[in-house]
Amino acid sequence: MSGRVIDFRDFSPPNWVNFPRPLLRLMLAAIAVLVIVVGTLYQVQPEELGVVLRFGRYVRTTDPGLRMKLPFIERVMKVPVQRQLKQEFGFRTVHADVRSRFSTERFQAESLMLTGDLNVAVVEWIVQYRVADPYRYLFRVRNVDETFRYINEAVMREAVGDRTVTEVLTVGRQEIESVVHAKLQTLANQYEMGIAVDQVVLQDVTPPDPVKPSWDEVNQAQQQQDRLINEAQAEYNKVIPRARGEAQQAVLEAEGYALDRVNRARGDAARFVALYEEYRRAPEVTKRRLHLEAMQRALPATGQRLILDEDAKGVLPLLSLDGLKLEAAQPATPGGAR
Amino acid sequence: MTRSPITIAALALAVLLVLGDAVFIVDETRQVVITQFGNPVGAPITTPGLRAKLPLIQKAHFFDKRFLEWDGDANQMPTRDKRFIWVDTYARWRINDPLLFFQRLRDERGAQSRLDDILDGETRNAVARHDLVEVVRSSNRPPEAILVDSEEETAILQSIAKGRQAITDEILKEASRRTGDLGIELIDLRIKRINYVDQVQRDVFARMIAERKRVGERFRSEGEGEAARISGERQRELQRISSEAYTKAQEIRGKADAEATRIYAEAYGRDPAFYAFVKSLETFEKAADPRTTLVLTTASDLLKVLKKP
Repeated sequence: MSGRVIDFRDFSPPNWVNFPRPLLRLMLAAIAVLVIVVGTLYQVQPEELGVVLRFGRYVRTTDPGLRMKLPFIERVMKVPVQRQLKQEFGFRTVHADVRSRFSTERFQAESLMLTGDLNVAVVEWIVQYRVADPYRYLFRVRNVDETFRYINEAVMREAVGDRTVTEVLTVGRQEIESVVHAKLQTLANQYEMGIAVDQVVLQDVTPPDPVKPSWDEVNQAQQQQDRLINEAQAEYNKVIPRARGEAQQAVLEAEGYALDRVNRARGDAARFVALYEEYRRAPEVTKRRLHLEAMQRALPATGQRLILDEDAKGVLPLLSLDGLKLEAAQPATPGGAR
Repeated sequence: MTRSPITIAALALAVLLVLGDAVFIVDETRQVVITQFGNPVGAPITTPGLRAKLPLIQKAHFFDKRFLEWDGDANQMPTRDKRFIWVDTYARWRINDPLLFFQRLRDERGAQSRLDDILDGETRNAVARHDLVEVVRSSNRPPEAILVDSEEETAILQSIAKGRQAITDEILKEASRRTGDLGIELIDLRIKRINYVDQVQRDVFARMIAERKRVGERFRSEGEGEAARISGERQRELQRISSEAYTKAQEIRGKADAEATRIYAEAYGRDPAFYAFVKSLETFEKAADPRTTLVLTTASDLLKVLKKP
């Protein structure tokens, strides 16, 4: 402050009192109006409901849009009733994206649970819910979301505890979801939490890590069982139809034989009967004719013929059987040795 | 008398402070006990709104009106069948008599620690009185028939007498008896988690593995058995088919033979001697071949002409 002396007498009355009064008033009024407007108007987003409290007491719920309240004595709390809330159990979404990443290691305590047959299963699930009753959600329960977590864990364990480990891991999933859903809603109502449970979705339901390989082994065994059976069935299917065909073949062949046999018999019989009829008319001559004709046909076919006088005795010494045999063994020309 | 503006301002401030101490807001979530020099005055205030009290002399104590949480520590405890498990419980409670609560427990911190004592103790007692299954299961619901394993499963699934719900109800009842005179109402108590302690867990895992192995073996042996059965059936079917075919074929052949025999008999029966004659000739004719040596005497029909023309 070089050379300038501050004289306090110059200060009173202070300079700002000389400020033009109307302008000052206007400014004060503007500030007051601004404060009142800010304290009066409020906006409720489309997914929210506004809950208005007057001196801490609930007075009304307001819909989305620009709303008014009494300044200073009314307070508004906004609750996102349309937003779907979600809690994860046994894992956390680390990074949600097209390919989300999940972390599970540290949450085994949440997901490890006892089944009804005193085995252990790892059950991961999510629950989706909404705020259905803002009043209850805000004022009836402290730490609603935390409480809801506890209920979830208790109810899920109750459901899993009532089922065998096989059921939990295989066929029981859907039933567990619906049972847990119903029970959650009941408890949420009982605790007056103002929450509506939308859905419970089981995620990974697995045996505990140390046991996993043996479950895989069972699957493998099951595959093996199927394979063995299929192979046996295949062999069956390969052999049996062929055998059926072959059986039919045998039967058909027999039928063929039968036809052949009977037809031949009929033919033979017919031939005999015809011959016989003629024979009956002239037995002697026919008989002789037949005999001689047969001889005529047969004789040339024979290899050797010996004709003996009926009176000659001791024929055997003359007969060289060896020579006969020798000749017989050689391809004999019909009528060779006479 | 002239008063300086400073005095006026100080006075106004004092009045404001006193008035500010006289009125207070009771929230939807709160309830209030008013004390005068430490002694409770009047009934507790449980409805929300703007309230007044004597400034300076009276003091307002705020308590929560909502359902409050209590989360037990995970405790290691044995069941009646001597299995060591971790049990983690939670409870819902609320201050239903703020005056009593204020007198007995002073504040929520005191309440939480009393609840710890009571609920942990009761839980421990209840668990020790029951077998593990009772705590785990809540009904004797029969397991869904699972194709192959079912018989095994039912054997393992022991039936229960009470179940989890009944046991937690018991704990709740016992604990409620003890919290009644604390101004606390216990609403619900549930078992949040039960787990085996590590040692037991390892044993259980080993058992599960063994059980799986057994199931696997059974699948395998069932597969083998079934395959053997099918192969046996194949063999039998094969034999049946071929033998049936044989039977049928033989029947057909037999019938045909019989028919043929009948036909022959009928035809040849007209004159057996003539038949013998014809057949003999035929046979002779067929038998004649180049290796045949035919010995004839002149006595034969054919050659008798050689001797006596």
